[in-house]
Parts: sequence; C-alpha cells; structure tokens
Amino acid sequence: MQSWIDSLIAAGDFGKNPPRDLVYALFIFGLSAVVFLGVAFPFAGIVSWVERRVWARIQSRVGPNRVGPNGSLQWLADGLKHVFKEDIIPDEADARLFKLAPYVVVLGFVLPWAVMPFSSALILADLNVGILYFTAITALTVVGVLMAGWASDNKWSLIGGIRSAAQIVSYEIPAGMSIFPVVLITGTLSMQGIIRAQAWEPYHWFLFSNPFCFVAAIVLYMSALAEGNRTPFDLPEAESELVAGFATEYSGMRYLLFFFAEWGNMFIAGALITTLYLGGWQAPRLSSSPVVMNVLELLSFNVKVLFLVFTSMWVRATLPRVRIDQMMSLCWKFFVPVAFINLIGTALWVAIWPGGNPVAGYVMFALGLAIAVLFIRRVMYYLKRSRMEMYLHPTI
Amino acid sequence: MPLGVFIFLAALAVTSALGTVLQRNPVHCLLALVVTLLAIAVMFIGLGAVTVGFLQVIVYAGAIMVLFLFVIWLLNLQAELRTSPGYLALKALAGLLCAALVAELFTLLWHAPTAGGAQAAAPPGYGSIEKIATMLFSDYLISFEVTSVLLLAAIVGAMALARRAPAPQHASPQAAAADGPARPEGA
Repeated sequence: MQSWIDSLIAAGDFGKNPPRDLVYALFIFGLSAVVFLGVAFPFAGIVSWVERRVWARIQSRVGPNRVGPNGSLQWLADGLKHVFKEDIIPDEADARLFKLAPYVVVLGFVLPWAVMPFSSALILADLNVGILYFTAITALTVVGVLMAGWASDNKWSLIGGIRSAAQIVSYEIPAGMSIFPVVLITGTLSMQGIIRAQAWEPYHWFLFSNPFCFVAAIVLYMSALAEGNRTPFDLPEAESELVAGFATEYSGMRYLLFFFAEWGNMFIAGALITTLYLGGWQAPRLSSSPVVMNVLELLSFNVKVLFLVFTSMWVRATLPRVRIDQMMSLCWKFFVPVAFINLIGTALWVAIWPGGNPVAGYVMFALGLAIAVLFIRRVMYYLKRSRMEMYLHPTI
Repeated sequence: MPLGVFIFLAALAVTSALGTVLQRNPVHCLLALVVTLLAIAVMFIGLGAVTVGFLQVIVYAGAIMVLFLFVIWLLNLQAELRTSPGYLALKALAGLLCAALVAELFTLLWHAPTAGGAQAAAPPGYGSIEKIATMLFSDYLISFEVTSVLLLAAIVGAMALARRAPAPQHASPQAAAADGPARPEGA
C-alpha cells in the first residue's frame, strides 16, 4: 500500500514535492471512509434484516417481508426512521457524557476493521501485534457502555452498564486465554502470520491441530457471544428485567448506534475466530493470477465469517437468556479453568511436537466431521417433523 | 514520532491529567484518566514500543472499568459534589510531595543525555514481543517472579476476604426463610 502511494507521489500525481505525511493521511482517511461507509455500516444494517428473517424462520414466523424484495430494504427504512426521530436527552442526564457514549461504542466497532485480514493483500495494516489490538479495542468498548449507563441517570441504565462491565471484564479472561494457544503454536501475534501458518485444508486449521485447540475455539466462541452482549448472554439489555438496559434513555440515531455496534461486532468476533482457528482467508491455489487468488481468498474468509455470524443468530433464536449469577459462575467456575487447561495443554503439546502433529490433525478432523454429521442428522429428524413449507420457501 | 504528533499527545495527556485532578465529579475524573492513559499508550506506539502500548490499553482500560465500578458503588456522588472536604494539613503535605516530585523530574531531565537532540537509533527488534519476553524471562526474572508472588498473595487475600463464614449450625431453614432472601452473614 505504502509503496503504491510512493510510486504515485514519484509520478507527480500530487504536484511537485507534496508533503508526504499529508498524502498518506489523505489516503488513510479516504480508505477508511470507503471501508466504513461502504462495508462496515451497510453490513451492520443488512445483518439486522437477515437476523430478523432467520429468527422468524427458526420460530416458524415470516419476519419482515414488506419493504423491498423479501423485505431486504427493511434496514434502510429502519435507519431513515431513526434519523427522523427526536433526539431526547433527559434533564437529569449528564448531557456531555450522554452524547459521547454512543460514539465510544461505535469506535469499538469501527477500529478493528483496520487489522481485518480479508485476503493475503487486502488488509489495511498488518500490525505485528494484531491480536493484541483486537483485545485492546474490546476493553475500550465497555467504557462507552458504562458511560451510557451512568450518564442516563436511570437505575435500569446503570444496572445494565454495570452488568456489561462485569460481563466483559470476566469474559475477557477466557477469551484472551483462548487466543494464546494459537500464539503458542505460531509464535506470532500478527493476523497474517497466524493465517499463513495454516492451510486451506480443514485438517490444517488450528481448530483441529490438537484437542486443546478444539476446546479453546469453542470457549472463544462463547466468550465472544458474551462480550458482544448476544443472547443467551445479553443481560446488559435484558428487556424483561431492565427495559432496554444501558440504552433505556436513548432515542433516535443515538439508540441505533448502539445496535449498529452490536451487529457489526458479530462480524468482528467471527473474523477473530476465523483468523485464529478456521484458516482465515486460506483458499486452494486454483489460479496463478494474484487477482483471482485474492478474490478466492476474500470469498473463503467471508464464507467462514458469515457462517459464524449465522450460528450466532441461530443460538440467539434458540436459547433462552441465562441469569446473571449463572452467567458469572459459568465464566469463573468453568470457562476460566478450562481455558487455563487448554493453554497449558497446548504448551505441552508444542513442547512434545514442536512442528505440530499431522496425524492428530486428521484424527481431530474426522472427529469434527462425525460430530457435524450426527448434528445434521438430528436437525433433519426435526425438520421432517416440522412445517416443511416454511423451510422450503425461503422467500415467503 | 513527528514532533507535532508528540506535542499534540503530550498536551492531551497533560490537560486530561489536570482534568483528573481538578474536576469535581469523580466519574468525569475517571474519564479524564482514560484519556491520559490512552494518550500515553499512543505515545508508546509512536516510539516503536507497540506491544507495551497495546498492553497499556488492555491493562489500564480493564483496570479503569473496575475503578469506574468502585466510584459508582462506593462513593456517594451527590455528597461528593456538594461538599468541599477540608483536610488542610493533608493538602499541604500533598503539595509538598508534588513539589518534591517535580524537583526530582527536573533534576533527572537536567542530567539526561541529549546527544545533540538526536534520538539514539532503535536496535533491531526494539519493542517487539520477542524482545520483551526474552528480557522478562532473563534479565528481569526475579522481579517478574516477585510480581507474580505479589499477585498471588492479592488473589489469596481477596478470596479470604470474600469467603463467607459458614452458616451457624443451629439456624433452621425456617429461620433463614424468615430472614428473607438475604443469607445470614457471619452471625
């Protein structure tokens, strides 16, 4: 990227002797604007529509299908509606913090896109501490949620904010501990470095590299659900107990920004798991052209991430919300010890087989396949006994 | 790091540090502290210590959330806002200590090697995670282990404090039910 801009400067596209930093800044801002306005925000919007459709199907309903073909423009209609709503700030609220909070939350959703490894070439910044960057951003997001909860001067908001803080501080530990097995194997924190250490065949993914990694990936997935405030862990905004949690006093666009961040975070959590455990953008080398390969890699990465996003919708539509004490004890009494066992087990594994154990990869992959087949048979069993017409006509 | 960026970050850090001390509302102080620590983290990253910079964000942002909770739970915010605590002697002591700190800082700066204003070239791998890990587990091993023992002691202490005394033997289930949902503490 930098060398390309350097060549443009050398060709005189920006006049004679342009200030180099200024041109870089121009490109960085331009590119970020394109990524956020063209990819991140529409993604969050479209996910909101897809999610409602998926829930509806799982719960034998139809879902939004009026605006546009199959309701696919529903998210635009919702967005417009929120823009035109009145922006209410309660009298007793701390106005400055109240206004600032949604932006801090959205920042936590926008910043990770800088290190998102879409393909071998499509990455804004391949930081050599990319994974740490991801973790750091998660830690920042919750400051925004707590700010929103406290500044609203409302007991439900405050409880929601405090719950969110407790939840994220706790689940950061198993999540972090589930990242480190991969770091132990690869010896790098860079997103591209981790992906390059895997291959496109599933038995070369870190998910199947050893039994501890398999468990670590599952712990990471569930911790990511908890950190993203997703059902069954959406206690901070539990409608049945807290109205809307930290977002109770918000209205209009500020309210929508919180949910933008939530939907966008699904993609970000999926991207993190894909990078670490599912081989990232690795795709079979079908062509020697770098452009074709990059498109293939982009497809491979997005298919995996969108599958994870879909499973999180699936979980949300199926499972009831847990209680706050159940959630905290699940984290501290189960996830944290399991994550530590994974870490130590992977360390031993790497000490015994420094180059990895290929046989273990095949065995684990076969096991994973067996689990998937059993699961699919179970799903088919229930599908045969349900209202098939709902599932066979996805475009009602 | 370009001089302009450094000046901006330094000004931001100092301003928000002042805000941490001078503001009346504890929550506002805390958020000013977040800005200070973030500005310092960005400075670390700008100076090439990328790992330390991100660790600063992770560790301190996490700590700040806990502080946030303490402020909300333990301080009576309204009372804190109304009253201006006296403690003249304490204020005088704090001023004295501050002056000593500033004097120390300036003495250090006075004797610091400037090398004609040029920065020493960073050695290869400076600030990388490998370098930090090697240092931590060779040169600074003892201090690293001592810190671990300190943290372990803190964990054990927290568990000892948080552990509930076992419920008294004679308390029948009916008596506990009459007390309401709260379990009898200690006795």
